[in-house]
Amino acid sequence: MAENLIAIVISAVLINNIVLTRFLGLCSFFGISTKLRNSLMMGLAVIFVMVCSSILTWIIYYSVLVPAGVQYLRIVVFILVIAAFVQLVEMIIHKYLPDIYTAFGIYLPLITVNCTILAVALINVDVEAYSFIGSTVNALATGFGYLLAILIMAGIRTRIDLYEQPESLKGMPIAFIIAAILALAFQGFSGMGG
Amino acid sequence: MGLKEFTKGIIRQNPVLVLVIGLCPTLAISTRVENAIGMAGALIFVLICSNLLISAIRKFIPHEVRIPAYIVVIASFVTTIEFIIHGFSPALYQQLGIFLPLITVNCIVLGRAEAFAAKHSIKDTLLDSAGMGVGFAVILLVISGIREFFGTGHIVVFGHEIVPTILASPAGGMILPAGAFLTMGAILAILKRLKVL
Repeated sequence: MAENLIAIVISAVLINNIVLTRFLGLCSFFGISTKLRNSLMMGLAVIFVMVCSSILTWIIYYSVLVPAGVQYLRIVVFILVIAAFVQLVEMIIHKYLPDIYTAFGIYLPLITVNCTILAVALINVDVEAYSFIGSTVNALATGFGYLLAILIMAGIRTRIDLYEQPESLKGMPIAFIIAAILALAFQGFSGMGG
Repeated sequence: MGLKEFTKGIIRQNPVLVLVIGLCPTLAISTRVENAIGMAGALIFVLICSNLLISAIRKFIPHEVRIPAYIVVIASFVTTIEFIIHGFSPALYQQLGIFLPLITVNCIVLGRAEAFAAKHSIKDTLLDSAGMGVGFAVILLVISGIREFFGTGHIVVFGHEIVPTILASPAGGMILPAGAFLTMGAILAILKRLKVL
């Protein structure tokens, strides 16, 4: 394997951070980051689903779609695999791990339509054409990058609520401005790794 | 009814500004007006076609499997538009990149399918989808206009210079990711200040 796994990790977590540089998963990023605990739960759930679904979609892409010559069906197939997988995980957790279900339950359905999951599956086969190991590492690192971004965001948002803000900036506007400053900070990583 | 279903998507229930959904393409694609037009066109196509189909078959879809059914319908139309854009404008296809397939999981499309098309007639669905699509397109054009103007100093659409070079030293940061968040935050703050929302 010619891929440099460390480079994949640094690229996925810092340089091409899925939220702040690639602009994906923004709905949940802004929607959930009001509380630190919820953000942590969402981030962990995203990492889990992202790794499993990228393994599944990679295998299906190279063992079914490519031999059959129907790569253009990848969007339909991937989203179905992801939706089915999330549903399955939800049912299994609900049955066997009720404690975890009460903690993660509401985040799992949300993840189906979280564009980061489909994006990573597509990046793995389309944009970067990673190997199996590379894809898995990329999914893990991208999920970690999401967790990092949403935790930083939630930390800042819970603190900024304690301070006085202009009336018209309260709520969403200030969240976008915080995100702008964070994105600028992450821009600083773009020189790394080359 | 009627016209109201169309106009509500433009301001009062604007998908991007009020519902704060569909952000990913809004912010990622808005570096240039040209890309914004392509994205808006693709999204309106998928939104209208898939919601019309969903509205037409809404009585045949069992309630339990409605979400997967919607997703399959949407993903099929996304695949269609992907072929169309790839065939007619490879340059635009390159620019939109991964955001074209990601229309599948765009919250606006699925959100309108679940919240509106699944419960209303084909005619109302057409008006609702068109309104939401136009609302999205307007915001996308405004944001991309601001970003391209301040980021590059001028606005060029399909080779025509719409706004000539006025700014001698443009702020390159506006076409970086940070500029997208900043523009969006500023627009939301201004609208809140003016009590439009």
